Amino acid sequence: MSHLTGSNLAVEVSNLQRTFRGKTALSGVNLEIPRGTIQGLVGLNGAGKTTLIRHLIGSLQAQSGGVRVLGHDPVRDPEGVLKQIGYMTEEDSLPKWMRVGELIDFCRGIYPTWDDRYAAELSEMFSLSKKTKLSGLSKGQRARVGLLVAIAHRPLVLILDEPSSGLDPIARSDILEAVIRTISDEGRTVLFSSHLLDEVDRVCDHIALLHDGRIIDSLRPDDREQRFLELTYLSSETWFPPESTERDTRSPYCFGWKRSGKEWTTVLSGANDQEPPTFENAQLIAQGPVSLQRWFEASVTESPSTKMNQVQDTNEAADD
Amino acid sequence: MQIHIKSDGLPIYQQIADQIRHRIIARQLEVGNEMPSIRNLAQLLRVNPNTIARAYRELELEGLLEKRRTKGTFVASHKSNRSLKERIERLQPHLDAVIIYASQLGFSKEELVDQIKARDSIIHQNRSATEEGLS
Repeated sequence: MSHLTGSNLAVEVSNLQRTFRGKTALSGVNLEIPRGTIQGLVGLNGAGKTTLIRHLIGSLQAQSGGVRVLGHDPVRDPEGVLKQIGYMTEEDSLPKWMRVGELIDFCRGIYPTWDDRYAAELSEMFSLSKKTKLSGLSKGQRARVGLLVAIAHRPLVLILDEPSSGLDPIARSDILEAVIRTISDEGRTVLFSSHLLDEVDRVCDHIALLHDGRIIDSLRPDDREQRFLELTYLSSETWFPPESTERDTRSPYCFGWKRSGKEWTTVLSGANDQEPPTFENAQLIAQGPVSLQRWFEASVTESPSTKMNQVQDTNEAADD
Repeated sequence: MQIHIKSDGLPIYQQIADQIRHRIIARQLEVGNEMPSIRNLAQLLRVNPNTIARAYRELELEGLLEKRRTKGTFVASHKSNRSLKERIERLQPHLDAVIIYASQLGFSKEELVDQIKARDSIIHQNRSATEEGLS
């Protein structure tokens, strides 16, 4: 099988640029996904996640830069790529006039690697009846149908674009289980784009953070404790953290300052065996691990003076 | 095996290792019991298999689990392979939490030590009771 030879990378995006009507959507994006891993993709709405994914499935052509999926260009060689990909999106985009069985038969015809036994097993697991019209299913059940047709041909690369948004916890759990099963199948690769950070944290080997069309950070969940530390300082009402300087990845720096009354918290990067910084008139009162949520928030937050009020509001709202 | 995962920043492999360790120490998992395979536990918990593997590795280092080639992972007769320094570092955050809470509740240092001793004997009593019940 030619797709199993060659590069160790399932997905290779190099210096990808994309503008829509003069507005930058992606800028200098580099992403390498090794085979057999789960790559998370996180970012605010409009950060460019779906645009990036549409390049991978061949529905957008790179304006400049390169995109390779399983060693092929998805636009020039859709045959070589699409049959090996499973794709599921948040949009409820399945043809609702079809019956479950008709959709399954249709997909079965498209994919040479369709696995009838696996499809039957999934149908049973999800309690799907072939005769039901898609329009008669709940959103959660339709998502399960979408999942079934995305994985029953045992794709080498499974791409999930916000698969869980708006779904109930059981449906979300089914999706996560499918992700884990796919990866347990030797050499298969998953790209998981989601706003649900705790899910991303649980399943991913690597997480890339896309912000304003750029990948601004990338981490392994297990490395987080070594790279970052959350510090809490107690100070007076009038104290402000020092102006953040340009990020220097070599030396430790604090970012994502957040205030709650007299207490400020910050994320210390490059925390590895470093003493936490000391500030005049502020006393360090706690330090601990950084959650993925906190890392995300801190990474996409600009300087404290501009963002402080909004962050303070969300902070209070999230307290309970 | 039911394991609860929170998203408060503590690495997931550590949360899993902590809960398995607790079961082994409390003898809910017995020496010689076979652990679920990495793959099965990953699917059950919806967690990356590498994370489960890392949790198992931590517990192997502590001497709580042992991998038998091709057969799987088993609960070992526990001896810690960690150095004293390492063990103190692990214990310290838990001690700090207890000390701070105890002093806030108005316990003196001596009273706290007495409380620790009292709890320790209760835990060990329960443990031998379970052992008798099982044998």
